Amino acid sequence: MIDARQMQSLAARLAQPEVKGRSPWADARRRFRRNKAAMVSLVVLILVGLFALLGSQLAAWSNEEMDFSIMGQAALLGAPSWENGHYFGTDDLGRDLFSRTVQGTQVSLMVGLIGAGIAVVVGTLYGATAGYVGGRTDAVMMRMVDVLMSIPYMFVLILLLVIFGRSMSMLFLGIGLISWLDMSRIVRGQTLSLKNREFIEAARATGVPAWRIILRHIVPNLMGVVAVYATLLVPLMILSESFISFLGLGLQEPLTSWGALISEGAGTMNYGTLWQLAFPLFFFCITLFAFFFVGDGLRDALDPKDR
Amino acid sequence: MALLEIRDLNVRFATTDGEVSAVNGIDLDVERGQTLGIVGESGSGKSQLAFAVMGLLARNGRAAGSVRFDGAEILNATPKVLNRIRARRIAMVFQDPMTSLNSYMRVSDQMAEVLMLHKGMGKREAVAEAARMLDAVKIPDARGRIRLYPHEFSGGMRQRVMIAMALLCRPELLIADEPTTALDVTVQAQIMELLADLRREFGMAMILITHDLGVVAGACERVMVMYGGRVMERAPVGPVFADPAHPYTQGLLAAIPRLDQQGEQLAAIPGSPPNMTNPPPGCPFAPRCAYVMPVCETMPPFDPFAPGRERACHAGLATVRAGHAPQPDLPEPAAADLDEMPASVLQEARP
Amino acid sequence: MFGFMLRRLAVAIPTLLLLIVVSFLLMHAAPGGPFTQERALPPQVLANLNAKYGLDEPLWRQIAGYVWGIVAHFDFGPSFVYPDRSVNQIIAAGFPVTLTYGGVAFVVAVAVGVALGVAAAIRQNSWMDYLAVGISIGAQVLPNFVMAPILVLVFTLWLGWLPGGGWGGPIYWIMPVVALSTSFMASIARITRSSMLEVLGSNHIRTARAKGLPERAVILRHALKPAMLPVISYLGPAFVTMITGSVVIDMYFSTGGIGRSFVDSALNRDYAVMMGITILVGALTILFSLVVDVLYAWIDPKIRY
Repeated sequence: MIDARQMQSLAARLAQPEVKGRSPWADARRRFRRNKAAMVSLVVLILVGLFALLGSQLAAWSNEEMDFSIMGQAALLGAPSWENGHYFGTDDLGRDLFSRTVQGTQVSLMVGLIGAGIAVVVGTLYGATAGYVGGRTDAVMMRMVDVLMSIPYMFVLILLLVIFGRSMSMLFLGIGLISWLDMSRIVRGQTLSLKNREFIEAARATGVPAWRIILRHIVPNLMGVVAVYATLLVPLMILSESFISFLGLGLQEPLTSWGALISEGAGTMNYGTLWQLAFPLFFFCITLFAFFFVGDGLRDALDPKDR
Repeated sequence: MALLEIRDLNVRFATTDGEVSAVNGIDLDVERGQTLGIVGESGSGKSQLAFAVMGLLARNGRAAGSVRFDGAEILNATPKVLNRIRARRIAMVFQDPMTSLNSYMRVSDQMAEVLMLHKGMGKREAVAEAARMLDAVKIPDARGRIRLYPHEFSGGMRQRVMIAMALLCRPELLIADEPTTALDVTVQAQIMELLADLRREFGMAMILITHDLGVVAGACERVMVMYGGRVMERAPVGPVFADPAHPYTQGLLAAIPRLDQQGEQLAAIPGSPPNMTNPPPGCPFAPRCAYVMPVCETMPPFDPFAPGRERACHAGLATVRAGHAPQPDLPEPAAADLDEMPASVLQEARP
Repeated sequence: MFGFMLRRLAVAIPTLLLLIVVSFLLMHAAPGGPFTQERALPPQVLANLNAKYGLDEPLWRQIAGYVWGIVAHFDFGPSFVYPDRSVNQIIAAGFPVTLTYGGVAFVVAVAVGVALGVAAAIRQNSWMDYLAVGISIGAQVLPNFVMAPILVLVFTLWLGWLPGGGWGGPIYWIMPVVALSTSFMASIARITRSSMLEVLGSNHIRTARAKGLPERAVILRHALKPAMLPVISYLGPAFVTMITGSVVIDMYFSTGGIGRSFVDSALNRDYAVMMGITILVGALTILFSLVVDVLYAWIDPKIRY
């Protein structure tokens, strides 16, 4: 979960007029580089990204192929081994877990990135519009956010998936529908404090249309908050998708994701096939960790404070 | 024996950017019933001096030296020892009455807990006594308003509550840390008048910390001028105004608006207070001083040039009194344009 | 205070109605209607079913009837898949179980989280602090669906101390409660710690210390209340996520709560049960956020009702 207060503190800091001379971004970059946990996490994220992109080149088996010599005897023969090319072992059906993990990593990362992407685009535009236009429009727009916030979204999302079919696009739509709400609130708050700064007033006085001011002057000034929020949102999106997949209500086979693999591994672990749980769980955990550390590091770099 | 005796007090803070020394080797005495004004710009270490005495430094702060209260050493004393002195014998009034009061507790509870703790009173008795004290600080309808929360009072009234709370146990020493800075000008005068009256009535000693020499003039017997964590000048209040013996004191005086010199431009001290992570090696005021000489690379010793007066400056007394800077080719600092000054200096210069 | 609650209710009720109407419309929009099965039903049977469930009436009457049933009789109608069971019966069977371990988990998460956060803040940079920070960072990546299998692996398969599932005495509660509460406990500890640190550095705490109050009184009487405000605002979202998490718990530990009914009905396309549970959870969420707002206003005297 994202600590709303820390985000507000960051937003407040970034909305202050810049101290002349030094760019806050240059300072932030220096502070970020000094943050060991964040730098290590960045490396981890790059490695996981490479694993997702290039992993299938390294795999000896494809993700759909079943190794009939192992099928049904996974507990005995399916353990990780270099000899038969199943580096991470196989699942009960004899499918190569390395390939499946590569595929799960691709899907989960994509869900996380696209989900956060939707949140950033929709949330930023919505929040900036509400904050900039203000008045009655703002009140109505934010009241709508309040209403949507109080909906038990995971239940509605599952309802959506069941009714309209468990497809990738439905999953993105469902996750994207809800993820932008917090974002829009934070962006709106910061827009309100940016709105009365001289450069915005100058633009308004010279007759620049509202949509142009929002896109050209407000949105670029929101980058810091948006970047931090988006980084912290990616793992939350991954968590949401994994949750649904763990319940068996997510993507349908042969597509898979970390959640689905963890679910499979958890279901079979009492037969002694621990590797089926361990590998997906490992990738899941280190990636989430890394995203949280990078996000926190980014925030601390932009809003240094003793915490 | 003085009521409060401070010897060679040093306060340092460990920060991410290195060690900051806020107070450097300060000596100070306050006799019973006496009033001392400590004057300096923000960042001069005057507030940290007071916090060190009370044991209220922030977590990363360390104090060294000696602070004796009524003969007993209290610097870095255990919480148990400090808690028997705090509020009961030394009380403090803080700068910002809005944030210094607990906004989640009724004024009655905040005041009563002091009496219940130190005087062993019951709740009802304590609230009644607290209401009497609110009367004493001239809060109208004290009995009715004591049940309110701090945000339901105006700024001036809040500071009165703060003062009443400090006086509950009739302390021997009151430390007022910029008690009027956060208030409107008209309210400032009322609060200062109230403090002076109460001090006389209760016979307390008082340390008044302020950046405003004008405030000191009406309220204190002696003045200590601080800069960069060090004492610049020490004197009874009259001579400081009539005959400032340190260039910094002169600068502070020139920055006070005066009725008899209307229309003239106020003089700000050029430059800004030193960065205390990396303070100047000698006199901290040297970089901004009009009388600066090579010897200012070392800290000047105190010169007790008149009874009760001391100054720390290498420049000759006669030179400073005459008001002539030794290098006439430098731009005249007193004529500097206010609008070109850094904001921090302006804030301090405009009372 | 009363007016404030009324105003909050005035927002809550339309929200709930909106949730009911939207989920009803969603169900209606399902391709092929609610009775689409793998095996096509004879048209006559389908028509009878539609008639029985009122699906042949105009849409607005269906919605009105459905809403009226919920509002007036607290009746969510019959199940679409098991015609002999009503949604109410299904909820009544599972809800007490969910409420039991969910309630315990909620209390544990708040109590342990706050205690850990406060301890970490007042002993900043001690082993206690590092432990608390370590736990709260680690638990971010240990959501319920990761905790559950790990707990079963360790305490059931390896150590054999706890039953791996089912529902009975308190020994069956332990793993569901721990699995459900860990990540919230960690979040609450983190929020408590950072807000406590902020409060401890604030001016009014310095005043309290200057009063000569012992440290315990400073923390309990002066610091705890303001430090709790961010925690209280987090309780609303925490409640939603926790009730969502109960679905995993019910699935994994076979505890028999409503989560299981929800997933089963999702797999069976039993829309009536899904909607009933969704609306119930929505109502609880709204009710809970109301309680949180009242609690917040009660602690912070600056909030005007």
